[in-house]
Amino acid sequence: MRKSDLKSGFNFGNLLCYIGLVTIGILCLYPALWVIMSSVRPGNALYSEHLIPTSFTLQHYRDLFATYPYAQWFINTFKVAFFTMIFSTLLVTITGYVFSRFRFRGRQKIMLNMLVVGMFPGFMSMIAVYILLMQLQLLDTHLSLILVYSAGAPMGFLYVKSFFDTVPQSLIDAAKIDGAGHLTVFRRIMLPLSKPMLVYIALTSFSGGFVDFIFANMVLSTPEKQTLAVGLFKIVQGKFATEFTLFAAGCVLVAVPLTLLFIVLQRYLVEGLMAGADKG
Amino acid sequence: MGQHRKRAMILSFIGMGFGQIYNRQLLKGIVFFFVHIAGIYLATLLPRAIWGITTLGEQADQLKKVGKVYVNIRGDHSIFLLIEGMIVILAMIIMLFIYVANIRDAYQIGKLREQGIKSNNFSETVNYLLGQKFPQVVISLPLMLVIFFTLMPILFMIMLAFTNYSSPNYLPPAKLVSWIGFDGFRDLFTINAWNNTFFGVALWTLIWTVCATITTFVGGFVVALMVQKRGIRFKGFWRTLFIIPYAIPQFISLLIMRNMFNGEFGPVNQYLKYFGLGGLPWLTDPFWAKFTVIIVNIWIGFPISMLMIIGILSTISKDLYEAAEIDGASSIQQFNAITFPTVMLSFAPLLVMSFAGNINNFNLIYLLTNGNPVNPTYQFAGSTDILITWLYKLTMDSGKYNYASIIGIFIFIIIASFSIVNLKRTKAFKEEDQYR
Repeated sequence: MRKSDLKSGFNFGNLLCYIGLVTIGILCLYPALWVIMSSVRPGNALYSEHLIPTSFTLQHYRDLFATYPYAQWFINTFKVAFFTMIFSTLLVTITGYVFSRFRFRGRQKIMLNMLVVGMFPGFMSMIAVYILLMQLQLLDTHLSLILVYSAGAPMGFLYVKSFFDTVPQSLIDAAKIDGAGHLTVFRRIMLPLSKPMLVYIALTSFSGGFVDFIFANMVLSTPEKQTLAVGLFKIVQGKFATEFTLFAAGCVLVAVPLTLLFIVLQRYLVEGLMAGADKG
Repeated sequence: MGQHRKRAMILSFIGMGFGQIYNRQLLKGIVFFFVHIAGIYLATLLPRAIWGITTLGEQADQLKKVGKVYVNIRGDHSIFLLIEGMIVILAMIIMLFIYVANIRDAYQIGKLREQGIKSNNFSETVNYLLGQKFPQVVISLPLMLVIFFTLMPILFMIMLAFTNYSSPNYLPPAKLVSWIGFDGFRDLFTINAWNNTFFGVALWTLIWTVCATITTFVGGFVVALMVQKRGIRFKGFWRTLFIIPYAIPQFISLLIMRNMFNGEFGPVNQYLKYFGLGGLPWLTDPFWAKFTVIIVNIWIGFPISMLMIIGILSTISKDLYEAAEIDGASSIQQFNAITFPTVMLSFAPLLVMSFAGNINNFNLIYLLTNGNPVNPTYQFAGSTDILITWLYKLTMDSGKYNYASIIGIFIFIIIASFSIVNLKRTKAFKEEDQYR
């Protein structure tokens, strides 16, 4: 055993390090804790003497469901996020597969153009997309959101491609000798071998559909069709100055599902992120 | 020239699918023929599309006196005309591609028939498409989506930069929009109030981007070193704890932060006062607002770089450090010679990407400060507005669409110029002819 291991328990450097870690940990947790505490505090003021309220109430949560179609918003949001996840993941992985495993005329050009196009700031184009959706009679539908979010997905192909590039060609050749078609190779070899990447992409597209409040706000006009993000954002814009605790309850309800998802899937997230970092 | 290929080609030239039917590919021919009908329909729209794009309409909505009452007569809506025109033209270009492919196909099959090879039946054609032509067939759907939902809107935006589309004088449907060439660019850069705002906002965007990128990188690095330090226990626990800011949806945590930093009632100032310090104008003073924006960004951004750097650190072999220790290297020397260069090597491209991301970090500014506090010398922008949020305000709040488009083009040029250099260096993009 080395010296440094022996005295690690009383090491001054380690002590400082622990103090640092605990401080950062508190800073990371505090905002979440504060909002949870605010959401169960009676009254509606932003200001409070203590972090932990002297009495607890669930009234704000009840109000949320009574004043707004919050349950409906939940269903809408899950619907939009779920289908966005399915279609985005499908589109971006198949695009990555094609660019990774096939050589065809114009391939490099299409790749570069897709990446360049992806660098334009999106807001101006929202007007055009809005009018396009109007022509397609899709305004104020969830389909339009799913369509628009998924249509943007293929531009993130580079990450998938770099992952697929590492799958050994010999595996694919072997499958082809056994008579597998391109789609079988994709489904049976490429996808199963890239689970961390799939989880990462699925999760980011799910949360992308979950949290968008700008485009969704533009497209969805009837309150019953809104998503959580839009609804919450409207509450904030409308009367959050007077009803802070209600807003806090709304925040908790929106944040909990996604936050849990991220924490449960963090192992995949780390692997997925790392895969991107490795290959640059 | 042989008989079959010539006839098939001419027939397909006259009508899509005719050549295929001549080549005894009935189903394929019928499919092409339906496309042809769609093409004819499209062609009837073409003259109006071209007229719309070139003139942007000739008559705006107007009130006409019918009897004793005024009635609103629908006129041309310039922006609708522009977008509809672009959709038609893009669809027409795609149609032309199919048309050429149809003629070429008829020719090829005809040629094969002359050589005595039987033409494919429909299921053989499908198999051929899914086999040999797999990449082209599969890529066409994502490509189509990108063309209509990303490329078309971008072209639209670029075109807007050359019009006078702006509130209040050139706002359809009451008024018409017209092409003004580079006048918009000239005005934005020469009218004092505007170019003052532009350079002010651009400078802050630059400062913000550099600070945001460096602080999150350094913050993530430091935390990663602490978590991975020899002798520190519960590494998994610390990592999970520090992922929380990343796991909470950004727009929620930003709205929470906005309340926490509230100067009058927020808990941050409350704590400062508790410790006997005066509160700070976190979001209301131009300097402090900028400071707050960067601090909050560290909170939101450090987990990602921490995760990645932990990953990189775990790939460094322990032997290296032991060898260094035997040679008597101090921990600072070890860091300088081993840790830092290794991390930089893997992280550099990501740093460039995060730089590009921060230029467009709309959510942070919009939700935290909404660009405020107000800057009276700026046009429609506040002290913490970066280019992208200014662009948003110009579009959504004040209707200066043409200026917003010019700024959009400007942002694009900046981001694209170094992203492309960065991309071309990455392995994923280089033409790799053997797979790893």
